[in-house]
Amino acid sequence: MARFKAGNTRAKDPVKTFKRLFAMVFKEHKVVLAIVLVCIFLTAFATSYYSTFMEGLIDDYITPLIGDGTPDFTPLLNALIGFLCVIVVCQVIPQYIQQRIMIKVSQGAMLTMRKSMFRKLESLPISYFDTHQHGETMSRFSNDTDTLNQMMSQALVQVMSAIITIIFLFVTMLMNNVFLSVVVVFFIFLMFRVTGVVASKSGKYFAVQQRDLANVNGFVEEMINGQKVIKVFTHEEESKKDFDSFNDRLNESMSKANTYSNAMGPVSANMSNLQYVSLVLIGSLITILTPSYSVGALAAFLLLSRSLSNSVSQIAQQSNSILLALAGAERIFELLDEESEVDNGYVTLVNAKIESGEIVESRERTGLWAWKHPHTDGSGTTYVPLKGDIVMEHVDFGYVPEKTVLHDISLYAKPGQKIAFVGATGAGKTTITNLLNRFYDIQDGKIRFDGININKIKKADLRHSLGMILQDTNLFTGTIRENIRFGRLDATDEEIENAAKLANAHDFIMRMPNGYDTMITNNGEGLSQGQRQLLSIARAAVADPPVMVMDEATSSIDTHTEALVQAGMDRIMENRTVFVIAHRLSTVRNSNAIMVLDHGKIIERGDHDDLIAQKGTYYRLYTGAFELE
Amino acid sequence: MLKDFASRIREYKKESILTPLLMIGEVFMEVLIPALMAQVIDVGVSQGDIGYTVKMSIILVLCAFFSMFFGVMGAKTASVASSGFARNLRHDLYYKIEDFSFSNIDRFSTSSLITRLTTDVQNVQMAFQMVIRMFVRSPIMFIFAIIMVARNGGSLTFVYIVAIPVLAIGIFLMMSKAHPRFERAFKSYDGLNRVVGENLNGIRTVKAYVREDEETEKFDKAASEIYDNFVSAQKIMALSQPMMSSVMYLCILAVCFIGAHLINIGHMTTGQLMSIFTYNAQILMSLIMIGMFMVMVTIARASAERIMEVLETKPDMDINENGLKEVKDGSIEFEHVNFAYKKGSDVLEDINLKIDSGMMVGILGPTGSGKSTLISLIARLYDVESGSVRVGGVDVRKYNLKALRDEVSVVLQKNQLFTGSVKDNLRWGNKDATDEEIIKACKIAAADSFISTMKEGYDSHVEQGGTNFSGGQRQRLCIARALLKHPKILIMDDSTSAVDTATDSQIRAALRNDVKDLTKIIIAQRISSVQEADIIIMMNDGHIEDVGTHDELLARNKNYQGLYNTQVKAKEA
Repeated sequence: MARFKAGNTRAKDPVKTFKRLFAMVFKEHKVVLAIVLVCIFLTAFATSYYSTFMEGLIDDYITPLIGDGTPDFTPLLNALIGFLCVIVVCQVIPQYIQQRIMIKVSQGAMLTMRKSMFRKLESLPISYFDTHQHGETMSRFSNDTDTLNQMMSQALVQVMSAIITIIFLFVTMLMNNVFLSVVVVFFIFLMFRVTGVVASKSGKYFAVQQRDLANVNGFVEEMINGQKVIKVFTHEEESKKDFDSFNDRLNESMSKANTYSNAMGPVSANMSNLQYVSLVLIGSLITILTPSYSVGALAAFLLLSRSLSNSVSQIAQQSNSILLALAGAERIFELLDEESEVDNGYVTLVNAKIESGEIVESRERTGLWAWKHPHTDGSGTTYVPLKGDIVMEHVDFGYVPEKTVLHDISLYAKPGQKIAFVGATGAGKTTITNLLNRFYDIQDGKIRFDGININKIKKADLRHSLGMILQDTNLFTGTIRENIRFGRLDATDEEIENAAKLANAHDFIMRMPNGYDTMITNNGEGLSQGQRQLLSIARAAVADPPVMVMDEATSSIDTHTEALVQAGMDRIMENRTVFVIAHRLSTVRNSNAIMVLDHGKIIERGDHDDLIAQKGTYYRLYTGAFELE
Repeated sequence: MLKDFASRIREYKKESILTPLLMIGEVFMEVLIPALMAQVIDVGVSQGDIGYTVKMSIILVLCAFFSMFFGVMGAKTASVASSGFARNLRHDLYYKIEDFSFSNIDRFSTSSLITRLTTDVQNVQMAFQMVIRMFVRSPIMFIFAIIMVARNGGSLTFVYIVAIPVLAIGIFLMMSKAHPRFERAFKSYDGLNRVVGENLNGIRTVKAYVREDEETEKFDKAASEIYDNFVSAQKIMALSQPMMSSVMYLCILAVCFIGAHLINIGHMTTGQLMSIFTYNAQILMSLIMIGMFMVMVTIARASAERIMEVLETKPDMDINENGLKEVKDGSIEFEHVNFAYKKGSDVLEDINLKIDSGMMVGILGPTGSGKSTLISLIARLYDVESGSVRVGGVDVRKYNLKALRDEVSVVLQKNQLFTGSVKDNLRWGNKDATDEEIIKACKIAAADSFISTMKEGYDSHVEQGGTNFSGGQRQRLCIARALLKHPKILIMDDSTSAVDTATDSQIRAALRNDVKDLTKIIIAQRISSVQEADIIIMMNDGHIEDVGTHDELLARNKNYQGLYNTQVKAKEA
């Protein structure tokens, strides 16, 4: 019973993703990354220097002193001080520099990544939001970016320095003894094979675990939200039982995934122990067979081999987290590669004034707006006053090309007229509201705004001239004033209050603890449905567009607030062209024209009296024979 | 708190105890192996003693196998124990929440309960695994390594007696500076998530008002805050490696210098000196691990406290297991009932009311007048402050709670459908309901008409929250679900608000005619929904303002007349 689809927890093409990521980060930080590379080189050098120094130290400074009655420790002390200097310069300081740089680089990369993701998000067409789960998009901003950060700030540097260390060490080893070096290569190969098996098992169960985790979280979310229903139906025991089965499945996959990832360390550490033993045995044999190979040299080789296997197991352990991070990066790139909304509009909205009978553009706010229409055929620029005249001609539309939702819709609304859409659920009423402001583009036909095809109008300007009051009011964290100002940024406080008064929202706002400065959190937690609608009306009122699209809310509000909302709606509809998806018969009755929709077609049209006289679908709707939704 | 958590390990006790033991074994091997390796070089290789070398090599291989065995087994037991512990925590939390009463649920917000069950449990699980693996491993590693230094180097131990406190203080200072910064950094994610969440939900509003640029500005601010906080926290952490390296190399220098003296006077061999270098790293590593571990635990502590808060909450309603199981009839009586959600601000005051079994009762009143509160006392969703509510002539507190709620079916105002089929959802009312029973209930609730036109009928899929059904359809399904319980009392809290008037009256007619014995209580905004009820209760400000039939109220009650004029007359005009 898979409730949720598991996101891809493994990267599809890690190499390609890595290259792209690297190119992105590298381009911005060429110089500092070069410094980091130098630092990594220095530390790697320091590590192998340490091994050689220790070997020499014992042979050259300590062994000769054995048995010396009056030993002179000065050469030893000098050597040690020299060693300390090299270590400080080649390891301690570069390590610090490199870390400081990488913090800025990786956090900076996160910042740019997040910023470009959000810019992309804001530019995406509505269809993206309608077809993608919000939780999933959200996790790209948090979880996926975080794993990436871990990889860039730690894993990558560690692997790079491990690789360089391995090269240093290996060269030293080759110079020491070729045959033993071959043995080491064999063991490294073996180690990668074994840890590879463990890693792929752990990856497999990790994917299962992520799915099971999503299932538990999804179940918990749904059940806790419906907790009161559970209580009323005394459904507690069943819900506990269901939870147990999800919980147990998660437990199983989680313990397996963890087992394999925990086992990685001991497995690789002990493989390196085995390698050590083999080297001891083979090495001893070589010292016996070839006298030229000294015991001291073998001891040094053994020390080198320990360091080498440390570095190798470091790579093995980091590889898993790198792959995970690349899977995250792939999901981020997927978002960045989504196609943005295109806007080829060239007709813009400008302030205008009338000079000797002609409309001309004005730099100041005049209260008069006009469409500036530069004609593509070169016949100059015309100015058309913004009035709110809407015409739809033979409009066809479908969310997916194969399935047409609206068929051959034709209608007009003269400035100041009200058009109501009624019909059953799924008849296509809400879809119409998506088309006027070009949330979605129509497949066939034309929509004209003041005689101009809306495809030619710049989207921002088209949307500025259309107001929207949606069923669900979205409020944003901030004060009530800021939420109303959302309608028009340069609105003065006075204009905001006037808009609130017009919308009947002023009274309840004044009753709030800080009036207009009351903070709204969590999408208006604590505000009633009716109050939210009033705020949404106020927001539209402050924007003051010539055309309004309204989707009346169906939720029940008490009679008093309902009357306030109704009056607010009526007032804002005055002197505007209004398209309303009506759920209240009073709204419908006051409309100039009513469009009855059924299965994406207009089946009846006319005003209230006409339609009642027709005794068709509208008549049956009105008399309550079926639902008005 | 620790004790309480420990008691939830339950069936994973074996693994939880075994893990540290296995870790001790692994650490022992990890310390022993370098010592043996030193011996091989000192005795076997240096002196060309092949026999000794082979013998030691076999011992070393055995050690490696043991070490691997302990390590892998430890990995397994640690995983089983920590996953199992998390499972038990989730289990206990969920069971506890299921046993919460309404007032318990009101106290915790839904989203906070969800976070506790998910993120918080994961944090505690991580810390638990750290505890059973590292908490034993690092100190023991530390102690073993010190012992080995003492055995091999004798007075060299002195170097560490000086170095360890220095490093410990350094780590402590660093962690205590970094910790609050990390906390702030994690907090700053809230801001980022908020902006993204608001934009995902409100994208239509953002685009309709062309506010993309302003929202982007808000986002940039939140993202930069994360950047600043993390950079400042990590800058401090960047000191850790250089600090560790410096101390490590200084120790090595001291060890070399002092060691040279010891070797000179024959108190130590070069092989022993070499092995101390290995222990040197082990000592310092385990100190760093202990420091890291402290940070992890402090982060998890906040989560643990939030989990405990739920686990320690006592369900404030006794389910009265041994109470009466039989409800005689659907009569309801309120006698001097007072009720308050919060002490001191009464929502209901001195309510007296008598409803006969089988009556149809309408309740009207403005928002906040106490309608929903009144009916929630009948199903004992809350307990009265004083007075008593009787169902079937018996105080509701005397019933077994499940028995009572099975007989008093409430259709809540904020109702919900769950993922599954239509049938699955309806069977919430009665697990064993037959298809006929289901169809019958749906016919009464006027739901059969739309279900039967759906392609898959009663097997149609319901999405989370029932979003693939219209508001009216959802409400009708919820009524059918409540009817399937075959209750003696049905309470509908504004349950037909999205249903059109004709269907609404059709449902009421069916309720009246098909389930005559059922006591029906209907809260509504519309007069038309309650007009033909046997009695209509007018609520106002926590009081019963008036009770009577439609005609009686229309004749004498001003508020009722007012409602009638705005709702009914206006429509006729």
